Amino acid sequence: MSRNLLELTDIHVSYGRAEVLHGISLAMRPGSIVTVIGANGAGKTTLLNAVMGVIPSTGAILYDGAPVPRSVEARVAAGLCLVPEKRELFSSMTVEDNIELGGFLRRASERGETREEVYTRFPRLAERRKQLAGTLSGGERQMLALARALMSRPRLLLLDEPSLGLAPKIVVDILNIVSELRKTGVAILLVEQNARAALEIADEGYLVELGEVRRSGPAAELAVDPALMESYLGAHS
Amino acid sequence: MHLDATIATFLIQDGLTNGAVYALLGLAIVLVFSVTRVIFIPQGEFVAYGALTLATLDTGNVPGTPKLLLCFGVAAFLLDLWSWRRDLKVDALLRNIALNLGLPLLIYGAVLYLAPLQLPSVVRVLITVSIIAPMGLYVYRIAYRPLADASVLVLLITSVGVHLAMLGLGLIFFGPEGLRAAPLHDGSFTMGPLLVTAQSVLIYLMTILIMIALYFFFEKTLLGKALRATAVNRLGARLVGVRTQLTGVTAFVLAATIAALSGVLMGPITTIYYDTGFLIGLKGFVAAILGGMGSFPVTAIAAIGVGMVESFASFFASNYKEIIVFGLIVPVLIWLSIGAIHHEEE
Repeated sequence: MSRNLLELTDIHVSYGRAEVLHGISLAMRPGSIVTVIGANGAGKTTLLNAVMGVIPSTGAILYDGAPVPRSVEARVAAGLCLVPEKRELFSSMTVEDNIELGGFLRRASERGETREEVYTRFPRLAERRKQLAGTLSGGERQMLALARALMSRPRLLLLDEPSLGLAPKIVVDILNIVSELRKTGVAILLVEQNARAALEIADEGYLVELGEVRRSGPAAELAVDPALMESYLGAHS
Repeated sequence: MHLDATIATFLIQDGLTNGAVYALLGLAIVLVFSVTRVIFIPQGEFVAYGALTLATLDTGNVPGTPKLLLCFGVAAFLLDLWSWRRDLKVDALLRNIALNLGLPLLIYGAVLYLAPLQLPSVVRVLITVSIIAPMGLYVYRIAYRPLADASVLVLLITSVGVHLAMLGLGLIFFGPEGLRAAPLHDGSFTMGPLLVTAQSVLIYLMTILIMIALYFFFEKTLLGKALRATAVNRLGARLVGVRTQLTGVTAFVLAATIAALSGVLMGPITTIYYDTGFLIGLKGFVAAILGGMGSFPVTAIAAIGVGMVESFASFFASNYKEIIVFGLIVPVLIWLSIGAIHHEEE
């Protein structure tokens, strides 16, 4: 068995005095898709932000067998990349510039090559190269956020609610794209409220409730778990 | 004396010349604010340092600024050492020594050697800019970098502190006497009733050139785009790996360069004292506010307007010249705050 790409041990995060993550541990192998599901406010977004270094946390984050670098920028350089819930695009800049900036830490030659791959994967964005990011539709923005992230050639993609606020048809498109991405060898840590859809494309799943891991296991097993079905999957089936 | 066409053209020329410099300063203020959220009050000191450095070089003497640069470098070096006290890496230390000690020493040595040589004015300008521009880097390192995540208010207070400190240092290193630099070019020509000096033509050309250069930097280079991205969305920029430090340093060095060039342009048309820069910088600030602290083109146009208003006010009501110029921002602030209220209600 190859070693884990990401290994979280006993991660705690506090906002002021309120602790929101109470010791989360999680492991994922290179190239796998792991999903973190749970209700609103369970701490899923906080977990991703802690892994990316956007917010401070205590506990051990091992990336590729070594402690993860300290700053966000150094983590990007090491191959982590977060696609946040709010996308955080450069709205008054063109689609092209947004994509270009995604490869900020890559060499110019690499950037050109990756850009062509990205445009092939997202032909819609290629059509809208010159358009301002702020004028895109919700689905296109999510595509742009993904495209920008891919430009950094990540080994671990952290996706926060990629389907949030999108029409059902587009949710399917986006999740298809996500499961396509794994063929490129990138590992994906996927936070999703749409638990059923997330478990369908994931290898492993973690159920987080009130800042703690309640259940974990192969996604296929969680998807047919009767207790889980009732509280998280029932409404969607 | 009443206003006739001849006087009006003189005033317009005067307003345009000053307005062009204000435009540069306004652009630098907008640039620094949008990228770092710092209101760049010490800009005026950079202008004065630039003008006074050039004026001293004109006399063949060594100005005080290279020594000051050396002091800044040492301070930055010590701060870096302090921040690395827990884990010191050799390559980072070497880079630090080269940047904070090597660079100012090199500039100091070069100035010592070059200053008495009576070189052509263009070279003197280049020397001036290469002394002042790195100051932007050290001032950012010393005063602002430790506060990268502070609120706009804290950064503003810091700016007032940096302004006062640099004002005092200006007095120490240049003394209280005013200096006037030699024009970069002595020539002049007449256009109808108007005497146009080569210096004022140079100011227009430089202003336009710098604006074009800035345009290319922000539109065509990846670093320029990264600065814009930071201004649009700070978190987004960090998530693609753009370091806050990198954009901060770049913004400050650009602003210091622009300020030094403004000083060089301004130095030969008016006598500059160690504290003159502040008032000049404030007029750039008025233009930046008129541009809503965000728009480069509006700021540039507003700066020309500020220059015009100042020049006509000095004719009609010279005692109230400054009041009229600074009074310009009151209606704009009211207008902006009305806009802000509507925004909150939405």
